Amino acid sequence: MNKSSTLLLTTILLATTFLQPAAQADNAARGLEIAIEADRRDTGFTDQVAEMTMTLKNSQGQTSTREVRVKTLEVNGDGDKSMSIFDTPADIKGTASLTYSHALQPDEQWLYLPALKRVKRINSKNKSGPFMGSEFAYEDISSQEVEKYSYKYLRDEVLNGIDCYVIERYPEYTHSGYTRQLVWVNKQEYRPEQIVFFDRKNVKLKTLTYAGYNQYLNQFWRADKMTMINHQTGKETTLEWRNYKFKSGLSDDDFNRNSLKRAR
Amino acid sequence: MRRLIFIFSAYLYASFSYATDISGEVGYQSRYFMSDSEFKPGLDSHHSSINIELDWYHAWDEHSINFKPFIRADAVDHNRSHGDIRELYYQRLYENWEVLFGISKVFWGVTESQHLVDIINQTDLVENIDTEDKLGQPMLKFSYILDNGSLDLFILPYFRERTFYGADGRPRLFGLDISNNATYESSDKEKHLDYAIRWFNYLGELEFGLSLFDGTDRSPLFINTITSKGPVLIPLYPQLSQFGLDAQYTSEDWLWKLEYVYRQSTRIAGGQPVDDDYYAYTAGIEYTFVGIFNSDMDLGWVFEHLYDSREDQATSLFQNDLMSGLRLAVNDEASSEALLGIIYDLDYGDILFSIEAATRLMSNWTANLEVRLFNSSDNRSPVQIVNNEDLIQLDFNYHF
Repeated sequence: MNKSSTLLLTTILLATTFLQPAAQADNAARGLEIAIEADRRDTGFTDQVAEMTMTLKNSQGQTSTREVRVKTLEVNGDGDKSMSIFDTPADIKGTASLTYSHALQPDEQWLYLPALKRVKRINSKNKSGPFMGSEFAYEDISSQEVEKYSYKYLRDEVLNGIDCYVIERYPEYTHSGYTRQLVWVNKQEYRPEQIVFFDRKNVKLKTLTYAGYNQYLNQFWRADKMTMINHQTGKETTLEWRNYKFKSGLSDDDFNRNSLKRAR
Repeated sequence: MRRLIFIFSAYLYASFSYATDISGEVGYQSRYFMSDSEFKPGLDSHHSSINIELDWYHAWDEHSINFKPFIRADAVDHNRSHGDIRELYYQRLYENWEVLFGISKVFWGVTESQHLVDIINQTDLVENIDTEDKLGQPMLKFSYILDNGSLDLFILPYFRERTFYGADGRPRLFGLDISNNATYESSDKEKHLDYAIRWFNYLGELEFGLSLFDGTDRSPLFINTITSKGPVLIPLYPQLSQFGLDAQYTSEDWLWKLEYVYRQSTRIAGGQPVDDDYYAYTAGIEYTFVGIFNSDMDLGWVFEHLYDSREDQATSLFQNDLMSGLRLAVNDEASSEALLGIIYDLDYGDILFSIEAATRLMSNWTANLEVRLFNSSDNRSPVQIVNNEDLIQLDFNYHF
């Protein structure tokens, strides 16, 4: 939890006491409280390295895969920095992207094209576009910051035998592809178990489910498998994660244009 | 035997502590020329070729070695049947700097229509007239990593001559055949020692590079010569000093791009070499419409002005031209994309038109389509020579 979040919480608590009908205000404050607690529990991993297999399945059931290595540097008070290196499909092997994510501002993003040996700064206002032709949008896989949404606690619910809070969150970023998301937060561990996304017309678009959670460094929960189903197209994307490593001593120097060119 | 197994397994174990990686591609290319050549009638209209590229990479601790040979075998054009070592270098990383020794490739610049500032590598023009393919350049490179950028110093001990179409090759960019016996302004010829330095820096949304190059110009002049086989063009590589600036500003919706060069070189006037001081620039913008037609597709629009201060004396085709391009990214599983570009000459009215489209077939195959059309009606324009060289090119590549 960072200072601005605490301040925000206090402000909302104070303001809502006087201005809002009590029940509604309570639900907004409670939703935010859950988001802040989830954020607090996931703070301090410093850096993270992992490998991912992305499997894309179309409505006819045909599949294609991508292998990606992802490095992340935790940034306090802002979105994280991350670098993705693509190992397959073979024609884009060696392509790498560098992203400085921001909660409410456009991300900063660079692409390294190995055939041309060219680093390109690209326009990244659009966080709602598909990541690598998958059902995941850039905003789905970028770092989760409390400030990205406003919240409302809806109810308690048991999901697949797990006690969850169900909260609704509303993107604060102007160019988000969603009106709202429903998040099932594990009551005990404050990790997401399921997210349902509603598109700009407020129609149910996608469901993301997390499976195979493991705890690292006695603190950080990471899922081995994330499945995104698009209800409107019938397409599906699965991310299978492995070889999670934390605190490998990465620094800002590993997340700049020079290191992007060296990435391999 | 047991000892041997032990050594072998120890080797296997050790080999996991560093990374070795082999990849590459094998391809087939077909080119079709829509008209008979104006200056050499009777040339084949259909050219096919195969290409192979390997990429071997080995890294341990702070060291790495990369070897990347390339070969194309063309059924028609002898010059196009060629090989090149794209990369063969050793690189050592230190905390704040790096050293690279060997053959490698370096790209400088930001614009899309042409790359004025980019000077380290020679163009492999026989591969593609878009000048994006480069020959491997022997170099010693020192890079010093700064807080907001880098400082690169290059020593370039050997010059590579530009590749051109052969006697049977197309597209025929100059009408005449081009001699394989190039000449040089410097008596050191291809062994002239070239230097370059570049300071790259970024300040928030602005990134820019300032560069200096001193050595053999990568772009030759041509001397019209009569030989026993008839008239040919002999490439002459002059000495060049170049100052370059490349800059990009990224705002929320727009990319603003500029490449500027000031060059001190030589040109041919009245059959004699004369001093040639000039500047040239490419300046432009790029805008991306995201999620067009309520789909996942993005459409990028590029608009650039290309200028050369020598105007009608320019050796470049782009002395005063506008380029407009549309780039469609489908954002599908097959990473399909298409680029449509038009370059319009403001002085001569020439139009260069191109389409490039690419998609993935299954997981290891890619297909690329290129169409290039030339249209010039002004006989003062150098583009008029290539009026009949319109071509369609199809590539299938297997990647491993």
